[in-house]
Amino acid sequence: MRKFTKQSGLVMPLDRANVDTDFIIPKQFLKSIKRSGFGVNLFDEHRYLDKGEPGRDNSQRPLNPDFVMNQPRYKGASVLLARENFGCGSSREHAPWALDDYGFRVIIAPSYADIFFNNCFKNGILPIVLERKIVDSLFAAVEAEEGFELTVDLEEQKIALPSGESIAFEVDSFRKYCLMNGLDDIGLTLKDADKIKHFEQNWRAASPWYFGVQG
Amino acid sequence: MAGKTLYDKLWDSHLVTQRDDGTALIYIDRQLIHEVTSPQAFEGLRLAGRLPWRADANFATPDHNIPTTKDERQQGLEGIKDPVSRIQVTTLDDNCREFGIFELDMNDERQGIVHVVGPEQGATLPGMTIVCGDSHTSTHGALGALAHGIGTSEVEHVMATQCLLQTKMKNMLIRVDGRLNPGVTAKDIVLAIIGEIGTAGGTGYTIEFGGEAIMSLSVEGRMTVCNMAIEAGARAGLIAVDQTTLEYIKGRPFAPKGEMWEQACVAWRELVSDSDAHFDRVVVIDAADIIPQVTWGTSPEMVAPITGEIPDPDKESNSSRAANMRQALKYMGLKPGTKITDIQLDCIFIGSCTNSRIEDLRAAAAVVKGHKVAATVEMALVVPGSGLVKKQAEAEGLDKIFIEAGLEWREPGCSMCLAMNADQLGAGKHCASTSNRNFEGRQGFGGRTHLVSPAMAAAAAINGHFVDVRDMLLTQDR
Repeated sequence: MRKFTKQSGLVMPLDRANVDTDFIIPKQFLKSIKRSGFGVNLFDEHRYLDKGEPGRDNSQRPLNPDFVMNQPRYKGASVLLARENFGCGSSREHAPWALDDYGFRVIIAPSYADIFFNNCFKNGILPIVLERKIVDSLFAAVEAEEGFELTVDLEEQKIALPSGESIAFEVDSFRKYCLMNGLDDIGLTLKDADKIKHFEQNWRAASPWYFGVQG
Repeated sequence: MAGKTLYDKLWDSHLVTQRDDGTALIYIDRQLIHEVTSPQAFEGLRLAGRLPWRADANFATPDHNIPTTKDERQQGLEGIKDPVSRIQVTTLDDNCREFGIFELDMNDERQGIVHVVGPEQGATLPGMTIVCGDSHTSTHGALGALAHGIGTSEVEHVMATQCLLQTKMKNMLIRVDGRLNPGVTAKDIVLAIIGEIGTAGGTGYTIEFGGEAIMSLSVEGRMTVCNMAIEAGARAGLIAVDQTTLEYIKGRPFAPKGEMWEQACVAWRELVSDSDAHFDRVVVIDAADIIPQVTWGTSPEMVAPITGEIPDPDKESNSSRAANMRQALKYMGLKPGTKITDIQLDCIFIGSCTNSRIEDLRAAAAVVKGHKVAATVEMALVVPGSGLVKKQAEAEGLDKIFIEAGLEWREPGCSMCLAMNADQLGAGKHCASTSNRNFEGRQGFGGRTHLVSPAMAAAAAINGHFVDVRDMLLTQDR
């Protein structure tokens, strides 16, 4: 996994609560058996005016001028500012894959759906939770100032604003450690292989009905 | 010391190791696999040169991309017209063969929606921990199993280590007291619950559903309730084990037999929350207050009783909620103050992992029997959840009732719940759907979904607009 230490970037606001994973990446793109290439279809149903299909040349499709992503001032954004319950719905990891492929490295929102939140950390994306009031003030600041950038320092757990002020945020220590070191969960878990084997042996003895019964 | 909740018991019995920072490794008894969220996980194993920790703990069936017309299905894999979909389905077959994983493939009579097939085969058992790369894995909690949806990285992690990295959730109890009124079903219960607590109300919790109204439900009904726990934000829903649970499981292919069955039952009877267990949040609902529910917006919490009307965003004091309502009404093409019964429908979908089991089909058939689908309804699909549900329904003559009434009787799969196959709702069309999500574009680009119970969808099919199914049932009784 790519390491995450510090990220400076342009902020794109998405002023809408309960953005679901169908919104982030519609179902027809889930047919891919790869992890990459979803960025051009991120927010597809809102970003384009027509219906997207896998394999289509997206450069020929009509863009929705009203959608925030299509405003030139947000081109190249790597920080997504969002609202409550971001990423609800389907468990599709294609949602963080699409955000990442487009170039988003940080999401800031008052709350997330659990599965999506978890999936972000597995893909080198940092989802930050901030109080609603602070998120409101960031929306106002982004709106007011073209080219509004933030610098997110994971080690310090701080977001630096252009004004010089900074906002502290919380992050689970284990997830922070994995992100900062770009660690693969599987390798880490397999360090505990003996504990897993020991557990499994006892569990098999206590509950043999969960092992090896085949239809 | 306070007693344990059912969730506490399931967690404790599967805890492999707890780290100082609060994260834990939880042993996983069963992983269910479908074609959409698994290919990248298998690829990850291959790239790292890893093998599944325990191949026999995995159980696969394709469902999302599967065509549902008889003609297509008779052609086997060739019947999947979209080459990208076909590759995904054959990739699952290839991966299962390569890694020695049990699969009910597309041509197997027992194939179907993974959340219907798992319990049907006894691959879901009480006391298990179950994962699947699909958020509706919460369904399996209906049998007293700790089951939740995971992402593809976690699918790979479970394949490689038989464990899931987790932090413990909080405990929530939703108790539905008393008895349901006639014509009110499990779907109405869960929609009413989501209307009450909201789509993020269960975030961070495991929800146990209890109370007389829940425990009076069949296992099929319990699955409908737990299925939609995720729509309330909870990754897992749970229902205590009782005699109904054990009777459902007995004799199923993957269930233990003989002496082992008896031993298992002794252990499974313990799978209830202790009477002095502590819940972090308790919500109590009176079953008598629940009447058939219909969603009018683009989030499952945007729901109203059939006797109600579409609410007015101008009267909503919370400004962010009012904005969401306006956005939803614009997308749905509906106006505040419209009676729910005045919503006209173009399409009917009876199916999905929420409502495609035999009991659901019986409920729908009972309503349409002897009637005809309204002329204004352009498409009405009945999609059984599995090949065995289909077979059972045909043995009971339900297929004939649907066909005579003018509904299409299809082959099993996820179908128009998420429209990854050819079954798609047209732009601007209104659909009465027994599925679980009414998000923008969910059933097809620009499609407008209204979530309802199977009986309500059937009643809407006949009338071309929503009606209170209780009125129809009353007329039939007379």
